[in-house]
Amino acid sequence: MPTSTSEPANGSGSAADARYDLAVIGAGPAGLAAAVTAADLGLRCALVDAGRSTGGQYYRHPAPGLGANRPDRLHHGWSVYTGLADRLAVHRETGRVRLLSGHQVWALERAGDGDWRLHATTGPDADDRATVRAAAVLLATGAYERQLPFPGWTLPGVVTAGGAQAMLKAGLVLPGRRIVVAGSGPLLLAAASSLVTAGAEVPAVVEATAYLGYARRPGVLAAVPAKLVEGAGHGSALLRHGVRLRPRSAVVEAHGTDRVTAVTVARLDADWRPVPGSERRIECDALAVGHGLIPQIELATELGAATRTTPDGTAALRVDARLRTTVPGLWAAGETCGVGGADLAIAEGELAAHAVADRPVRTALLRRRSRLRAFAELMAAAHRPGPGWTDWLREDTDVCRCEEVPAGRIREAVDELGAGDARTVKLLTRAGMGWCQGRMCGAAVACLAGGADRAEVRADSRPLSCPVPLGQLAAEQDGRNEQDGED
Amino acid sequence: MRRSRTPAELVRAEPAPAHTIDFDGRPVPALPGQTIAAALWADGVLAWRTTRVGGKPRGAFCGIGACFDCLATVDGRPNQRTCLLPAEPGTTVTTQEGHGRADLDV
Repeated sequence: MPTSTSEPANGSGSAADARYDLAVIGAGPAGLAAAVTAADLGLRCALVDAGRSTGGQYYRHPAPGLGANRPDRLHHGWSVYTGLADRLAVHRETGRVRLLSGHQVWALERAGDGDWRLHATTGPDADDRATVRAAAVLLATGAYERQLPFPGWTLPGVVTAGGAQAMLKAGLVLPGRRIVVAGSGPLLLAAASSLVTAGAEVPAVVEATAYLGYARRPGVLAAVPAKLVEGAGHGSALLRHGVRLRPRSAVVEAHGTDRVTAVTVARLDADWRPVPGSERRIECDALAVGHGLIPQIELATELGAATRTTPDGTAALRVDARLRTTVPGLWAAGETCGVGGADLAIAEGELAAHAVADRPVRTALLRRRSRLRAFAELMAAAHRPGPGWTDWLREDTDVCRCEEVPAGRIREAVDELGAGDARTVKLLTRAGMGWCQGRMCGAAVACLAGGADRAEVRADSRPLSCPVPLGQLAAEQDGRNEQDGED
Repeated sequence: MRRSRTPAELVRAEPAPAHTIDFDGRPVPALPGQTIAAALWADGVLAWRTTRVGGKPRGAFCGIGACFDCLATVDGRPNQRTCLLPAEPGTTVTTQEGHGRADLDV
């Protein structure tokens, strides 16, 4: 396994040679907006992203080889992305921004000289390594989907709602022809809307909440009319294609042997407990499922950054009005500060760039950010999972997909062996110890261990934010020894 | 938004010519820029791995490289995330059984 320091894939000279004013991690809406704004303000930036192209998950788009003439048809606000991408192209031309695509950052550290070092894997096999040096770091790493397991959720054809969208937006493919969309949160409507316009039949959108939460604070809603228009757009697309919205319901089982062939949908009570006798079967060849998003913040929490618990029960980074985390020199923007969508992420990216550059911020931008943030908190409160969802688990339902740990073993660890948190459950059962590092089962395991009842949600601990070849860690240590030798 | 019959129609795609990858010994068409997982989905294939403990079929789940369910043996290397890897001409994909390191079993 080669472990030498690599040349970045898309430019000349090693990234390790340069010292940037700002390194932005993540080239989605928040990171893109931050990098181009910071460059506008005169900072030299590195924009680091694991993906092959910019845009993140939200603006994921077909590769050039697919020759899409109208990528905008798969997106809400596509021109916003192309505007940011054009500005990025200009700044790359002048050398103000260096785009480091295909760089997966696995750890951040503050070196003895006071600068940050970003350690990343690169190359097709993630076997190569790169180090990026910068005076300030902005974390714009977005979020991943929260999953709540149910019997049959490991069957092929059951995919995440975001995954169905990602595969559609980037690869122009669908997991099936008749796709049930289920779970909770605004992403479901967006996903269902994309799937039907791309030719799939969506027999039902199954949403666990009643959507009544939105109505409780009409003032907040009225302050963000664009959000209402966006929601109405999805709603009318669904109506036109005859998609049925089933509120206060959940998919409680997926059926099939080698792939999903049908799902059982049940009504839920206010605590998300399935109502006995309300079950009905819907034939389908795919299911797209998700229960909101979880901020991806381990690069910051491993440094001790403080978190807050969002109204939907996830841990997000605690930031001040200038988007500083509690770690000096580390800023955050977008979903890492609490999930709120692309518009908010862009506003926060601009805001954070101004803060890093120590420049004044327009009052209008501050107001826009607080309006969108208030709306995000309202949405989060409306879609908070109820504690009753665990009732639809069976003893043999795999909760941890990687290590194939069923609910019964986790309950045994909690009830009989006294495990009181996800970490102890992991040590006793291996749940959360696999390839995905607990990203798929972490929320569920925390609920089963009693974590759902706690006021404070703890961020999952991941000392390395992604799997890293051992050779790279060894090379890192060698590099340190060499440095010590020079001193 | 107008409804289209296929995703390619929706975005008025005019892709470069398709090539093929090899999946368990048979050719599967792939368009330039598609990932291995996307090419397999387009061919109606949803599973290309069996789990270590239960021997259950798995394929792409999260589609963004986070869940590691879509692992397969690609060009002889096990545990590759097919939702991230491009389907290059001649790529050989083999259904991965368990940890994909049967050659190391004693």
